[in-house]
Amino acid sequence: MRDAPRGGQLKIFLGYAAGVGKTYRMLEEAHELKRGGADVVVGYLEAHGRKDTIARAEGLEFVPRRKIEYRGVLFEEMDTAAVLARHPQYCLVDEFAHTNVPGSEHAKRWEDVHQILEAGIHVLTTMNVQHLESLNDQVWQFTGVRVRETIPDWVVQQADEVVMVDLPPQALLNRLKRGAIYPPEKAQTALQNFFKESTLVALRELALRQTAHEIDVRYSTPSASGQPIIAGSPAAAAGHDKILIVVTADPASAALIRRDKRVTDYLRAECFAVFVGRHADLRDLQPYEREAVEKHLNFARNLHIETRILEGEDVAETLIAFARLHGITQIFLARSRPPSGLIAVRPDLVRRVVRLARDIQVTIVADRRRNPIPGIQQQT
Amino acid sequence: MIADTALKRPNPEELLRKVQAEEQNQGRGRLKIFLGYAAGVGKSVRMLDEGRRRRERGEDVVVGATQLHVAPEVAKRLERMEVIPLRVLAGVPTMDTERILKRRPQVCLIDGLAYDNPPGSRHLHRWQDAQQLLQAGISVITTVNLQYIEEYKEEVERIRGRRVAESVPQAFLNLADEIEVVDAPPDSCRGEESEAGAGDVARRQLELAQLREIALLVAADVVERQLEKYLEQHGLEQTWGTRERFLLWITPGADAQAMIASGQRNAQRFHGEWFVVYVLNRRTTAERQVALERNLALARQAGARIEALEGSNPVNTILRFARSHGITQIFVPRTFRESWRSRIFGDVVDELIRKADGIDVRVFPQ
Repeated sequence: MRDAPRGGQLKIFLGYAAGVGKTYRMLEEAHELKRGGADVVVGYLEAHGRKDTIARAEGLEFVPRRKIEYRGVLFEEMDTAAVLARHPQYCLVDEFAHTNVPGSEHAKRWEDVHQILEAGIHVLTTMNVQHLESLNDQVWQFTGVRVRETIPDWVVQQADEVVMVDLPPQALLNRLKRGAIYPPEKAQTALQNFFKESTLVALRELALRQTAHEIDVRYSTPSASGQPIIAGSPAAAAGHDKILIVVTADPASAALIRRDKRVTDYLRAECFAVFVGRHADLRDLQPYEREAVEKHLNFARNLHIETRILEGEDVAETLIAFARLHGITQIFLARSRPPSGLIAVRPDLVRRVVRLARDIQVTIVADRRRNPIPGIQQQT
Repeated sequence: MIADTALKRPNPEELLRKVQAEEQNQGRGRLKIFLGYAAGVGKSVRMLDEGRRRRERGEDVVVGATQLHVAPEVAKRLERMEVIPLRVLAGVPTMDTERILKRRPQVCLIDGLAYDNPPGSRHLHRWQDAQQLLQAGISVITTVNLQYIEEYKEEVERIRGRRVAESVPQAFLNLADEIEVVDAPPDSCRGEESEAGAGDVARRQLELAQLREIALLVAADVVERQLEKYLEQHGLEQTWGTRERFLLWITPGADAQAMIASGQRNAQRFHGEWFVVYVLNRRTTAERQVALERNLALARQAGARIEALEGSNPVNTILRFARSHGITQIFVPRTFRESWRSRIFGDVVDELIRKADGIDVRVFPQ
């Protein structure tokens, strides 16, 4: 079904909040596999002290965790080497989006999972929809919470199955109030943040749509996304989009890239991220600008977007020439903001690109970063 | 036909009606629906598990209807529940609504909502019985399979090449206080009729995946309506959308074909909504009206929702509509002829880009 360069198959239990029952469902499936005669181990389980979860994990084999000391504190992480040495058929790895403590072999748990998959071991894992990189701004917009632990969308797309673990928000709130999810003091904080009913309903809708999209990606006609753009190709065939993102030193670039990633995915389009500068090595930029540009291009590459630095005196003209040459159908730009602060964005770039673009669509992407509400401390 | 829908605000009477509707709902039982995309995904088990949990918490729970063919894992769970047996009417096993009403439990479980009652019953459909229970103050937990939802029957038929006789209207689903999707990948669907040969397995997998996708989107729509209701009741303005909504601003002079094709495709790919909107004012001449009509005919053909707005400042009018309809992207045409008129229109595009805070603007070449 999917082109699988790896041996093992990956199954993700997707939810929209802590406590909807992702881990529980994963454990249930583990027992079912075991009953069917499969060799199953738990690589990492985060029970959060929940009684029903702990009870459900009984009878399963656990691979002992690895202890890592960091700044005098002892952390426990999955012992990937031990999982590989044990080499079961199936391995359970809770919390796919987890960031490992510094000193671990991989920065991210999903990288450990990839290593396990490469060894031919099937992996069951759990995550919430808000951990998807491309949804980061949208989630911030309606929750006020900037989710730090994110997973690039392509990692999720490579999963063989994504299953939605659903629970109506009312039921979830009841569980929270009964103390089934967090201890009382943490439950109180949670109720004021992520666990507001309107937030939960919105996140749930997002998860339902995302799961539907994941199915769409897997079972509809093969997409062209992920393939490199062929240089010099003629104008795109009808209905096939090629998108060009214009990256700058402006912090809005990250949001622009995320938004584009989402649009590209849904349209099954091809995508390119470029920075236009006077010199390919960015030597004319201030160090902080250069760092910002490199960070943004890197971020795009992490999301599997091809990047390039274009050399040119006139940004708008260079962009359009490049777009013509590569049969780009859509240009993505951030909205120019008034040139306040240190990084002055040329205020007329949007206007000039729109005027020069003639046969190319230009999308001016909104700044979805929420304006902080005075007096309310943003949670992270 | 010309109405500025963007100006619609709830008036005090509407608010009063809403409060009264809520009060009326207070005597009503709560409706919870487990929605699945095929037989065998585990709806019945999930429903019965919830019934058991509620009973353990002290609620008075009965099973009002079971499926005609009971899977072993369901039978095991039924043993521990109070079951009101189906009654046979004209040779057809039917839910015994009278007896449930007389028994008056707090919660009634109905496995399989989409059954038709035999002639001579009080109601034609089982969902109407469920409605009666709800009105009597009994909460209902029930299961339904996507293929039985009236509004999706055609689509399901196209996928499966088979049509079912019974159905439940989407409007009944919208009544649900809670809807829960029972999701599982196709390979775990047991209990489906296995008339397919080994060669058909791949095709069957594809069918199930398509049904699964639709079921998730149906649930997302119900959830979205709940969100809107919640925000409305709490006096909150909806400023975000988890669903993409496209607004195509059509002008008389625009070459709208590419824009409409793109709007249609985007709405399909994103499973979103799209609106084709135009702004009329005193300066709209008859000649431009004709040009506009041509563009609107294209939009109508493509299945767009068309809205006519009126306002002296077109950008503000468009943005007011966009904000009140949760629009995430505005498509706008741009002209390049350097006449005074197009130069003015160019300024309109710039003004739109400047003012469209929080909404993407896509400028279409002409």
